Amino acid sequence: MRSLPVLSLQSRGHELAAPPAQVAALARSGVPAFEDVLARHGRGPLEAHAIEVLQVNVGKLCNQTCAHCHVDAGPDRREVMSRETAEQVVELLRRHPGIPTLDITGGAPELNPQFRYLVAEGAAQGRRVIDRCNLSVLLLPSQRDLVGFLAAHRVEVMASLPSFRASGTDAQRGDGVFAKSLDALRLLNAAGYGKGEGLALNLVYNPVGTFLPGDQASLERDYKRELQLRHGIVFDRLYTITNMPISRFLDHLERTDNLQRYMDLLVASFNPRAADGVMCRTYLSVGWDGTLYDCDFNQMLEMPTNHGAPQTLWGLLARGRALPRRVMTGLHCFGCTAGAGSSCAGAVAE
Amino acid sequence: MAETYYCPHDLPRFGEMGKDRPELWAKFLDYYNAVFADGALTAREKALIALGVAHAVQCPYCIDAYTQAALQNGSDREQMTEAVHVACAIRGGASLVHGVQMRNVADKVGM
Repeated sequence: MRSLPVLSLQSRGHELAAPPAQVAALARSGVPAFEDVLARHGRGPLEAHAIEVLQVNVGKLCNQTCAHCHVDAGPDRREVMSRETAEQVVELLRRHPGIPTLDITGGAPELNPQFRYLVAEGAAQGRRVIDRCNLSVLLLPSQRDLVGFLAAHRVEVMASLPSFRASGTDAQRGDGVFAKSLDALRLLNAAGYGKGEGLALNLVYNPVGTFLPGDQASLERDYKRELQLRHGIVFDRLYTITNMPISRFLDHLERTDNLQRYMDLLVASFNPRAADGVMCRTYLSVGWDGTLYDCDFNQMLEMPTNHGAPQTLWGLLARGRALPRRVMTGLHCFGCTAGAGSSCAGAVAE
Repeated sequence: MAETYYCPHDLPRFGEMGKDRPELWAKFLDYYNAVFADGALTAREKALIALGVAHAVQCPYCIDAYTQAALQNGSDREQMTEAVHVACAIRGGASLVHGVQMRNVADKVGM
């Protein structure tokens, strides 16, 4: 993966900044409809019957501009969640004590002024709180106290590291990011993270290229050994996530003439057991403006919840429930059902 | 007949070797899959070894397959290039060490 874009697609005025252009590009690949493939394997349309994870995307602002970013996040993006919307998230949690996990993502979610409010409220309500962290944000002068804040609230850190070596990490995430990531991991380890003592530090691997992730357990062994031996860094679990063919990764696929091959790979690798475990069945995704989605990927394609389910936080608060809910799907969904499957919690099938 | 002996489209047809003697193919696949399962070596390490061997035996199908497998399992170009150099060093060394035979013969019959 080479020639990193320096700006978001939106700032470059790129055609693929618009979700309809992304959907059209995927359609040109000519692969079969996702629900037709589900039916071919004896599966009906995807439905959500539980909310085990409330995933809140607080906005697109980020201190990095990664080549594969499905959010098209970057320092130039200004979409951030307001206090009012964050308060609605907290109210939703309060009214739904059965939602065990609050998963906060972005962008770099820590840069949003509402991040600490959400963490503190989620923790106070006894929820498992996850911070999807790009690591380098922990080194920013404005975030010097962030590691201590996360530790004090027992926040689970889910950190991106696509390779245990510099070349792969920097190729995808930007020059010098690997070295910063190691520094940040050392800070987390020093605060007690990743040592099996209750402060969970999990890493997220996604392929540095146009292929599926390798075996999650095997990669975890490599990561643990290499990071410990070469850098003295420890962590708890490694999760593999497939690159989703949308936004900047879609741009990469088109620029390198790999889109057709990649879509064919995803469809050929369709795994019905992965379809049984996809995260949209148990997640509810909230956008920075309070719109509801079945997952973070649908959020970026601006495909809100539908089929009669409430489409906004305030709509859900007024109506009371978003279940059962038929999931909105598209050709990008093949990214979650290929091989061992993919979710924000890693592989979902053998 | 194809115009060339090697054709990329033949790689996904590898399974056709299961025709006619399927029991032998099944035994081969069982063994193959067991070899590449995570063991004392990780899938990434095995893919790197396979990549080196692929270059030593100069099999274009294997080079294609194990370049992708090495990447998929988390290796990068630098590591993969080193694996190819290992294959090259062993092949080159194997030629060179046979030079001792040459020297033995020359010592025997020469003056």
